[in-house]
Amino acid sequence: MEIFKSGKTYNFMGKRIPFLGFSSILVIISLVLLFSKGVNFGIDFAGGTIVQVKYEQKAPIEKIRDVLNNTKYKGSSITEFGSPEEVVIRITGTSSNLATDIGDEMHKILDATGNFEVRRVDMVGPKVGGELRTQGLMALGLSMLMILIYVSFRFEWRFAIASILSLAHDVTIALGAISLFNIEVNLDILAAILTILGYSLNDTIIVFDRIREGIQTSKEEGLDRLVNDSVSKTLSRTTLTSLTTFFVVITLFLFGGEIIHGFAFTMLVGIIVGTYSSIFIAASLLAQLKFSMANFRAKEALKLKRQKEKDKLRAMYEQGTV
Amino acid sequence: MKIFNYRLVIFILSIIFGIVFSVPSFLQTESGKKISLGLDLQGGLHMLLGVNTQDAVVSKMKSIATSIKYFTDDEDVLIEDLTIRNGKVLFTVLDKDELPKIDKMLTKIPGLNIVKTDLEYILNLSAAEEVKTKDQAVSQAVETIRNRLDQFGLAEPNVVRQGETDIVVQLPGIKTLEEEKAARELISKPANLELMAVDEERADQVYTLSPGSASEYGDIILEDSRDPNIKYLVKEIPILNGSQVIDAQVSFDQANQPIINFTLNTSGARIFGDFTAKSVGKRLAVVLDGKVYSAPNIRERIGGGSGQISGGFSVIEAGSVAIALRSGALPASVDLLEKRSVGPSLGADSIKASTIALVSGFLVVFIFMIVYYRHAGIIANVALITNIFIIISVMAMFGATLTLPGMAGIVLTVGMAVDANVIIGERIRELLKQGVSIPKAIEDGYANAMSAILDANITTLLVAVILYAYGTGPIKGFAVTISIGILASMLTAILGTHGIYEALMPKITKDKNLRKWFGIK
Repeated sequence: MEIFKSGKTYNFMGKRIPFLGFSSILVIISLVLLFSKGVNFGIDFAGGTIVQVKYEQKAPIEKIRDVLNNTKYKGSSITEFGSPEEVVIRITGTSSNLATDIGDEMHKILDATGNFEVRRVDMVGPKVGGELRTQGLMALGLSMLMILIYVSFRFEWRFAIASILSLAHDVTIALGAISLFNIEVNLDILAAILTILGYSLNDTIIVFDRIREGIQTSKEEGLDRLVNDSVSKTLSRTTLTSLTTFFVVITLFLFGGEIIHGFAFTMLVGIIVGTYSSIFIAASLLAQLKFSMANFRAKEALKLKRQKEKDKLRAMYEQGTV
Repeated sequence: MKIFNYRLVIFILSIIFGIVFSVPSFLQTESGKKISLGLDLQGGLHMLLGVNTQDAVVSKMKSIATSIKYFTDDEDVLIEDLTIRNGKVLFTVLDKDELPKIDKMLTKIPGLNIVKTDLEYILNLSAAEEVKTKDQAVSQAVETIRNRLDQFGLAEPNVVRQGETDIVVQLPGIKTLEEEKAARELISKPANLELMAVDEERADQVYTLSPGSASEYGDIILEDSRDPNIKYLVKEIPILNGSQVIDAQVSFDQANQPIINFTLNTSGARIFGDFTAKSVGKRLAVVLDGKVYSAPNIRERIGGGSGQISGGFSVIEAGSVAIALRSGALPASVDLLEKRSVGPSLGADSIKASTIALVSGFLVVFIFMIVYYRHAGIIANVALITNIFIIISVMAMFGATLTLPGMAGIVLTVGMAVDANVIIGERIRELLKQGVSIPKAIEDGYANAMSAILDANITTLLVAVILYAYGTGPIKGFAVTISIGILASMLTAILGTHGIYEALMPKITKDKNLRKWFGIK
């Protein structure tokens, strides 16, 4: 079985302006969403308490709200969670007292609302929330930096900039989707975003690897033609891998349960955007950065020459002529 | 014909390794290293506690004051106004000739800053001693909490220090809300037992005195444990504290009410004996965590160093107080910084849902690979299954816990491990279409794919390492599974499948059926 006709070269570079334009619009919309609407930080980052309650029958959300409004937990948000029997109550406050905590109190308050089981009580104090936020941002920033250094070292700085820009593109759009669909941002979403980073980078590097190989082995002079050729040759691999990963993530999304929903959603968006950017954006950015094949070849040739000289010297040394 | 197919040998060894070491995890056998389920999957309580280390400094000053009081009483040195203010111990010596005695005694207490003006002493802890005291408070709190939970009889309590002042407590055995509450109360109980002298001179002023003016007499006002309206005026500096308790047991008095009998160590017994001998006719307040449980009259000298706390406990309460007294007082109060409790039914649901996702995800990938690549797909799938076994084995060897994000990590690794085979497969197909011979296409396919696979895997590994370094709890688990998975995939997807091709080479070259072997015409 084959998805794409082998040997066919698609003209990606010819249409790069429309694709770059489309991406820019998506990024701008995402940024606007992020700055106007913002993201819905969950308790991991904002601090607070959530109580997950499962009733024996359909959860009486109105009744719960009425009961809570008579207490200091007035205004807590109550939402259905996965099934009609189950609700999650989000409370902005936390209690640092070990002996009496919000979970116990909630149990007493809800006593009259029916038969239920408190299945989960998560409380994150403000200090911990702040620390987790700093650590999360550190992780994101450091990952980008490491990628920049590694790709510069293995390829060239323009490759590194192009891959970082396309990663930023993926992450921004994924965050935009998180904001649009009001996904609660907790630690798992951070993990999803970092995974997207890794995935999309994988795809991009495989395309770049082909471009590098093309520069080294072919005599092709036009960058556009070389990029088209490289992206086309890796096209079936890119889509295949994305498809298999997509299958796995969609099963997580459909059957993984409510807790893993946000993670799977973020991954889904990330895989789609990441695949798109690896095919249509990353290499185009390389051309926009005025990447010069002649320079790259000259540098590679120089490297090769040095290596050969070294080998020659070594051979002479081993033969005892030096 | 190759002389020795080392790739296949390594691959077979890793298959054996993967199967042997993952058996205990799959069957959850009694012996052998196995993966344990995280709290989010099996249910339980996770807490992050912050130790208020300043408390330890205050109580250290209090115990210094106690030893000064005991020393001066014992040696008949007259001092007055022995108080603690703003973390400093103050007192005045009445007789100038006694100063050397006091100085000598104070040199025995390490880490003290002593300021002396005439007959007045001001003592506080040196900066280094303060740091040390705070540090010890946290390690002691860890020890105390661990002891208490051990005695409480929960399965596998895990108490570890995190950072400068925090403690992580994990209790997988908690099943019900009541158990959780009991465990939390046990942990939070300061269990600070103090035996204090009632100030009999001013006992009649107890209801009129303000706390401020009581403090001027070196007294404090404490409430009764049963009735907060009953108050006692006691000397601020205790005679003894709980650090000298070596045993505490629950028993019952004549009225069949639970009481706690405690035993003091030898020095405690001596101090207690001396004090009771001197204070016949006065009252002794038994104070636990700032509340007076009883204040009996001292009829005679009490030797032997044992006493009892009675004061309307329930049986359960008496039990937990006794545990807390035996395992020592918390040197400082603790705050709850983070808490995650998962009921067992939710954990079971999560296991069920993620297993369904895991199995169906694998199946889809397996089927897809076979449809697309035919025999090459089967070879890739063998590598993939081996990969899963290796991940489980390595995690088991490290004693790692499997969390929900960890499960997601395994699922994602499957996606990534298959990538290496897709890259290789596409390269081989490409070469075959150019008319290259099968053995050369396979050799070159692997060689050409290598740089792309390595670069891609190394960058992902970098991200995983950062996730591990900056992540907490569950995120760390996710990073660990991904890292193990990437490394295992290099072994299985690159080395392993190559070995299989080499072994099958005579068959493939004889067969020459590209459609059957590689899914192309």
